[in-house]
Amino acid sequence: MWKWIQKWGSPKWFYQMSWNWSLTLGVISALLMTVGIIWGLGFAPQDYQQGNSFRIIYIHVPSAIVAEACYMMMASLGAISIIWKLKMASMVLKSIAPIGAIFSLIALITGAVWGKPTWGAWWVWDARITSMLILMFLYLGVIALYHVMENEQSADKSAAVLTIIGVVNIPIIKYSVNWWNTLHQPATFKLTEKPAMPAEMWIPLVLMIFGVYAFFLAQMFIRSRSEILIRERKASWVKEEISRMTGA
Amino acid sequence: MGAFETFGDFIAMDGHGLYVWLAYGSFALCMAWLIVQPRLALKRYVKEQSMKMKREQS
Amino acid sequence: MSAIMLMLRREMLLAYRRKIDLINPLLFFMMVVTLFPLGVTPDLEKLSMLAPGIIWVAALLSTLLSLDMMFRNDYDDGSLEQILLSAKSVEGLVLAKIIAHWMVTGLPLTLMSPMLGMMLSLPQRAMIALMASLAVGTLALSMLGAVGAALTVGLRKGGLLLALLVMPLFIPVLIFGASSVAGAAQAIEFWAQIAYIGAIALGAASFVPWLTGVALRISVNN
Repeated sequence: MWKWIQKWGSPKWFYQMSWNWSLTLGVISALLMTVGIIWGLGFAPQDYQQGNSFRIIYIHVPSAIVAEACYMMMASLGAISIIWKLKMASMVLKSIAPIGAIFSLIALITGAVWGKPTWGAWWVWDARITSMLILMFLYLGVIALYHVMENEQSADKSAAVLTIIGVVNIPIIKYSVNWWNTLHQPATFKLTEKPAMPAEMWIPLVLMIFGVYAFFLAQMFIRSRSEILIRERKASWVKEEISRMTGA
Repeated sequence: MGAFETFGDFIAMDGHGLYVWLAYGSFALCMAWLIVQPRLALKRYVKEQSMKMKREQS
Repeated sequence: MSAIMLMLRREMLLAYRRKIDLINPLLFFMMVVTLFPLGVTPDLEKLSMLAPGIIWVAALLSTLLSLDMMFRNDYDDGSLEQILLSAKSVEGLVLAKIIAHWMVTGLPLTLMSPMLGMMLSLPQRAMIALMASLAVGTLALSMLGAVGAALTVGLRKGGLLLALLVMPLFIPVLIFGASSVAGAAQAIEFWAQIAYIGAIALGAASFVPWLTGVALRISVNN
């Protein structure tokens, strides 16, 4: 067990292994997303209530799921980096913050665009959309922290603390926003809440969820690799790697 | 093809085309940014770093 | 326990000596509330509808403004470092700091709020809810904000970052606080929301002192 953790904590090992992982995940996500998008856009049947605008579900829901999962992951990495002081965990944490922010932005944009034909307004203070907006603020806070703090180590530790308090708060935020939303006139019907979708509708959705997940993981490895090259620039293997990259 | 008779129908999406394509377009843009941005950043960094290493050697 | 009481007494004494830090958030609170009739409408009927939200947002903002001062002076004169080195339980001292912060900002805000409520023609029956929700709510805000204040205390331009970091965390307190006052104004049961805020404050009390201690060590060792 300890050996396994040590292996994962070694930037060199991570760097050497992660290229193949990111490649594999990238291919998987490209396949899944191509099939999912073609199926979802061209072949899935129309929704009886929302017509064709419901096809936005195939990008909205996966982005929202990954945006939320990404924050959970950041908080877990933050806990790992505080408790076991693994520097690899902080590097990955820093790498995935912008990805999570972008996915929450995608979820917000697609939700807003979806809202226009569904509710007749570009922005509705719906519980899910509002929670997603707050989640994006949490991401932006972490990114801002990294930009303001010059000292790398304290930025890492601070981001870990921030993500932990953020993750404790997320359920409370969600609950309170839901409660607030039912207090004021509830929306007539919710995006994504569907009784019994036919298989031709939900199979592409499942494909897209896995596809976007794989994309996220591939991006995570790619960004972490860059982060390793930046932080370990004094190590001899990184110097060799850099001269190899410029030589080729 | 599938749910649509013609390609024109597919683009029009029964009047919801604007929304569907706007959503998918912004999705594609964001994904493209996610793919391209780290590459450019890495390229710039590697260039800087190799120049620095050369200077240190000479 | 006595260490906590000592810390509390020290904080009170310091706050008494630096009266301007005590008064500034209160002035800010009043001024923000004044902006709303000027910016939206002087119509008392509409204002009384908006009053719970206005007062709660103003209270949240002025707590935010005062958070920066929670550890700033101790950090600048080096006493924070000494406290961290010498204290047996940093958590207890952090808790004392938070309570002291609440006593010099949240409590005065609460005492001042009925006056502002009257200026915005908040119905008389909502005053109890206003004071109760603000009393518990500002304590919750001080708790949640302490982590952010500890993280940013070492930064020269920490104030704005602090606001960005803790504002999302304040949202549940704002929702429950404002809605309890709005409920009371319509003569609806409002204690449930205040109980929620109390639960948030208690929950925060269980882990905030520890996290704040971690954050303070990061800032001091920077």
